[in-house]
Amino acid sequence: MIRFLLKGLLRDRSRSLLPVLIVTAGVMLTVFFHAWIGGAISILIQSTAHYSVGHVRVMTRAYAAEADQIPNDLALLGADTLLAGLRRTFPDLLWTPRIKFGGLLDVPDVKGETREQAPVSGMGVNLLSAESPEWRILNIRNALVRGHLPRKHGDMLLADELAERLKVLPGQTVTLIGSTMNGSMAVANFTVAGTVRFGIAAMDRAAVLADLSDVRQALDMNDAAGEILGFFPDDVYHEDLANQVTAEFNARQAGSTDKFAPIMGTLRTESGLADYLDIVGVFSGVIVGVFVLAMSIVLWNAGLTGSLRRYGEIGVRLAIGEEKGHVYRSMIAESLMIGFGGSVLGTAIGLAFAYYLQIVGLDMESMLKNSTMLFTDVIRAQVTPFTYVIGFMPGMLATFLGTAISGIGIYKRQTSQLFKELET
Amino acid sequence: MRYLFWSILVLSIAAEGILHAGFTAGEGALQTGLAEDEGHFQQRSLSGDEILTRVDQNMFSENKIVVSRMIIHGERESRSVEAKSWQRGTSEAFTEFLAPAREKGTKMLKLSDMLWTYFPSTDRTILISGQMLRQSIMGSDLSYEDMMEDPHLPHLYSAKISSEENMNGRSCWVLDLSAKKEDIAYHSRKIWVDKARYVILKENLYAKSGKLLKTMDVREVMKVQDRWIAKSVLYKDVLKEGKGTEFFVDSIKLDAKIPDYLFSKAALRR
Repeated sequence: MIRFLLKGLLRDRSRSLLPVLIVTAGVMLTVFFHAWIGGAISILIQSTAHYSVGHVRVMTRAYAAEADQIPNDLALLGADTLLAGLRRTFPDLLWTPRIKFGGLLDVPDVKGETREQAPVSGMGVNLLSAESPEWRILNIRNALVRGHLPRKHGDMLLADELAERLKVLPGQTVTLIGSTMNGSMAVANFTVAGTVRFGIAAMDRAAVLADLSDVRQALDMNDAAGEILGFFPDDVYHEDLANQVTAEFNARQAGSTDKFAPIMGTLRTESGLADYLDIVGVFSGVIVGVFVLAMSIVLWNAGLTGSLRRYGEIGVRLAIGEEKGHVYRSMIAESLMIGFGGSVLGTAIGLAFAYYLQIVGLDMESMLKNSTMLFTDVIRAQVTPFTYVIGFMPGMLATFLGTAISGIGIYKRQTSQLFKELET
Repeated sequence: MRYLFWSILVLSIAAEGILHAGFTAGEGALQTGLAEDEGHFQQRSLSGDEILTRVDQNMFSENKIVVSRMIIHGERESRSVEAKSWQRGTSEAFTEFLAPAREKGTKMLKLSDMLWTYFPSTDRTILISGQMLRQSIMGSDLSYEDMMEDPHLPHLYSAKISSEENMNGRSCWVLDLSAKKEDIAYHSRKIWVDKARYVILKENLYAKSGKLLKTMDVREVMKVQDRWIAKSVLYKDVLKEGKGTEFFVDSIKLDAKIPDYLFSKAALRR
């Protein structure tokens, strides 16, 4: 039967070509967009984890409540002890302390007067230890553009774009003007060791990096850290594990009413991406739904046109005794074959585009230059096993629905009228 | 409050204002020829603006050297900051921080509407301007912006007497001050003026919306060279956590001789 239907489809191209093309186009777009959105979200999650909140993050309760403001006056005290405890209790994660800070970077002239000044967004991380996980997490070695990596206390890395704007070269002294943990004005000199480019617009505009101990000294934050980040060793965010670790840690603090007690949160809750990711998830579903709907309508229309063209054929089949249900089912079987064929073709073409953008990527720098989200300038698609099958859902469903609706007309044919209709 | 800031030492500002306010009261009484009943005046009716003018007129002495101490009560700990200030008129002030060790040697110079700070650890002199003016001074409840305001209240506000109250055993006028211009840090103020001494004993500062921003309470006054000076003041930025900043005048020398070189940028690095 299948062979018979297949032959019919292949020999009568007017029956198959248009539906196959429609399905192919829809499936191709579905596959491509799925891979593209997946890639963009993956990059966003990874960048947010690396440069902002980690896979899990420990802060004081008070800091967590205003984390967007980077309230270092509410930072963790006794951070080194807490860090040791975290490493002991949760050895499967990489733990690293950080201090984020804002301020002005002041570049003096030869007389020591301000020559250039710009607002900066800084981070104090472990840079002077070769074992520091930050080298890999922040991708610092690859990000270096000019100069060298920090080698000694007082060294600082500047975003290359910022350095160019301030006309600063490696080796020059700059002054960081910020605020201490106590709210006093903090002023500290640093030597520009090198410049870096992370490929993330939000970072490359105004980022500065210095060793944690130097930032502690500058901001009067002895043995303090704004936050301690935890990363899974495979650099993949495992939500269930993150929730498990977080629940275990927070349960230990549950009895405390101290607003400075440490609290842990996951990337999903801490990044502010929870709603965003939910929306994207819904949006992906909506894309598939829209394609199913649009293709169904088109295929329904194609089915109706085909029914008109095959009016006589169906009439003869009914006249010679074929059951209406059998005719209906055979047409649906035809449509599923068309859907399958179109899905295979669409998936193949969509995957080809997706693979291309996975390797080459698309430079979105001009569009993201004012973005505050941690998107890399080059966004790449991401092909996953699911990408191979997602196209079959709209492809098969749309052809099925289109034919199922248009084929209802078969049941409206009156057997008694068939010969009369055929005569005309 | 700004008087206070302005004249007082460190910030070179606050104590001085209080000092002058105290001084003013005495002078006001003499000028009007009214009887003083050891801390209580019986005077002819004065309008709010007149009271404010008298407070202001008697607020400043030419030169003064003040050693002061701030205890800043943060959310987690209290810190003490000590400073010595030299002040000439209303537009020149030089302050050197004496303690704690981290702040020792930090100097501030105010010349008219310019404010520089010198940090010995970096050997840099920074002009405090723009957003930096809103930053707290040494983490206290006072900001650089408070320092830079015109200290003459009658220039900025019109005053009305809203009531009379007893404040810590002192009979006071309560004045409501309304800004005469839009571009001003505090749109309105409420001040409690000691009737006998013309000292401001309490002050509330409000935003244009009517929201209370800062408060100042004088806890102790002292008499120096026939002037009443605030010796202990509690400042509170109500938008900040913490218990406020206590300000103490440890010593004060009025009409002192101050060398000219102090009021130059070169003095910052000496």
